[in-house]
Amino acid sequence: MLLDIQNLTTRFATPEGEVFAVNDVSLQVEAGQCLGVVGESGSGKTQVFMSMMGLLAKNGRAEGTVNFNGRQILGLEAAELNRLRGVEFSMIFQDPMTSLNPYLRISKQMTEVLVEHRGITERDAAAKSIDMLKLVGIPEAEKRFRMYPHEFSGGMRQRAMIAMALICEPKLLIADEPTTALDVTVQAQILELIAGLGRKLNMATVLITHDLGVIAGLSDRVTVMYGGRVVEEASVTDVFHNPQHPYTRGLLESMPRLDTRSDQALHAIPGQPPDLQALPAGCSFAPRCFHAFDRCRQEIPRLRAIGGNRVKACHLEAMV
Amino acid sequence: MLNYAVRRLLSAIPTLFVIITLAFFMMRLAPGGPFDREKQLPPEIEANILRAYNLDKPLYEQYVDYLTNIVRGDFGPSYKYLDFTVTDLIMTGFPVSLRLGLYAIVIAVLFGVAAGTVAALNQNSTFDYLVMGFAMTGIVIPNFVMAPLLALVFGVYLSLLPVAGWGGGKLQYQILPVITLALPQIAYIARLTRGSMVEVMNSNFIRTARAKGLAERIVVVRHALRGGLLPVVSYLGPATAAVITGSVVIESIFDVPGIGRYFVNGALNRDYPVVMGVVIFYAVLIILLNLLVDLLYGFLDPRVKVE
Repeated sequence: MLLDIQNLTTRFATPEGEVFAVNDVSLQVEAGQCLGVVGESGSGKTQVFMSMMGLLAKNGRAEGTVNFNGRQILGLEAAELNRLRGVEFSMIFQDPMTSLNPYLRISKQMTEVLVEHRGITERDAAAKSIDMLKLVGIPEAEKRFRMYPHEFSGGMRQRAMIAMALICEPKLLIADEPTTALDVTVQAQILELIAGLGRKLNMATVLITHDLGVIAGLSDRVTVMYGGRVVEEASVTDVFHNPQHPYTRGLLESMPRLDTRSDQALHAIPGQPPDLQALPAGCSFAPRCFHAFDRCRQEIPRLRAIGGNRVKACHLEAMV
Repeated sequence: MLNYAVRRLLSAIPTLFVIITLAFFMMRLAPGGPFDREKQLPPEIEANILRAYNLDKPLYEQYVDYLTNIVRGDFGPSYKYLDFTVTDLIMTGFPVSLRLGLYAIVIAVLFGVAAGTVAALNQNSTFDYLVMGFAMTGIVIPNFVMAPLLALVFGVYLSLLPVAGWGGGKLQYQILPVITLALPQIAYIARLTRGSMVEVMNSNFIRTARAKGLAERIVVVRHALRGGLLPVVSYLGPATAAVITGSVVIESIFDVPGIGRYFVNGALNRDYPVVMGVVIFYAVLIILLNLLVDLLYGFLDPRVKVE
């Protein structure tokens, strides 16, 4: 197992009290696999991987185990972690507009990764960086290499981010909403690029998104998160054709479809996401769930195997 | 860029004109004149002196004459320091003032940026509170209070440094004036640096730099300082102006033979040409420094095109 997260809990201390962002989350990624992590804002999907990367805000604290290639990496010293970040695993972010340093040329922002981790000369690093820019489909790579981020379009910047993340050939790429800030026409290209590079370099990928459509064609498995917990995990086909958690089903039904009649209202899950400072005693989805019964409001459902290599956290026996 | 600089300089001409006009008439509005003495001069002698300096002409004629003269580069004679022209006085005083101001700015930037950065990286720590407390004090205490206080402590009580004077520019004479000039600037720059560094350290591109596994030193020095120091660069223009105007007071208190002292004495003696000369000199200096800062800004932030 390449990445094995067990019982991860991440909390943030705020003046208004503790925020329970991630609660007892376990998930696994195999080498070369693509895992989709789906959930709405505040579901904790990003914070799981921020915890892993050691990128939590100062008031955040993560507990549990995060094994990467068999090594516990949670709570490593910054210097130790820096030997892994950007080398063994990388992360790209939602907003390529602000995620690149506006004061430094793309060249410096790329070569510094190689110089820092591989100890090669600036010149060798430059040659390798230009190759990487070509690989991610940036035209006139030699010329663009010398430019500043503001001279790039949004899609180009995300391509450059991907190039930086992959330059040390990591075994795992975590993409946090990589296309949310991009034009629709560019989104598909970037997703294709990530999936294609994953196959080409035999690299595992984690796609964090609120958009099930993004995951449909790319992931092998899907983890659905709600209220800081994993509520369902299954193969991508199972999730789309036979969702077993009411929340997953609600998400699927919320996707606008082309064959919906225009006078028909769009489907939405009623209610609000849970307050992470005061999670309910039972299932955090219960207040919004059509199927909820008494037990749901009293007892947190544990993740359990339901056959067919899939798990869910729901007291309902089965959904039809 | 040269084009831009030239345009900026040309657009400074109207500004200068307004400054000169305001200074000229404000100076003349002040009661008293350059040749008023405790003992009344005989009227015919006074009339002769006034005629010698063209002070008997109507004010608007004097104004036009003055403008014509400075366009020719003639800033006139001093009424007080006979045998000296205003240009002579500025040329003797400026090297002294420049040295004080330069030292003060360099010290202010070095200490201010260092303290502000360390405070920002250790936000809400004891050091942070100490620096910010010191900064508040430094900003609040005016230089004419700080100067005698420092002179009292280091000059009189501890006898470590001379209380005042210049001693031909020996180092120990420069320390107190430079510190007094620099203190409020250190304070202001420290606050400015802290604020902007806190903001930059929370920005997305710093998160990216960390995600790339760069050492914290590189994250701070290469990725954060550049953006974090931009506000300090912008402030260098006003800071220089503050040091220059501050030195007017400081030079008088510490009896330093710079332009500031000539300016204060000139104002007290109604030595019109000296006051006007120093005002114009300072105005040109500040305009040039602001232009320099803007050019520097365009160099530091690639998104800003200086055109």
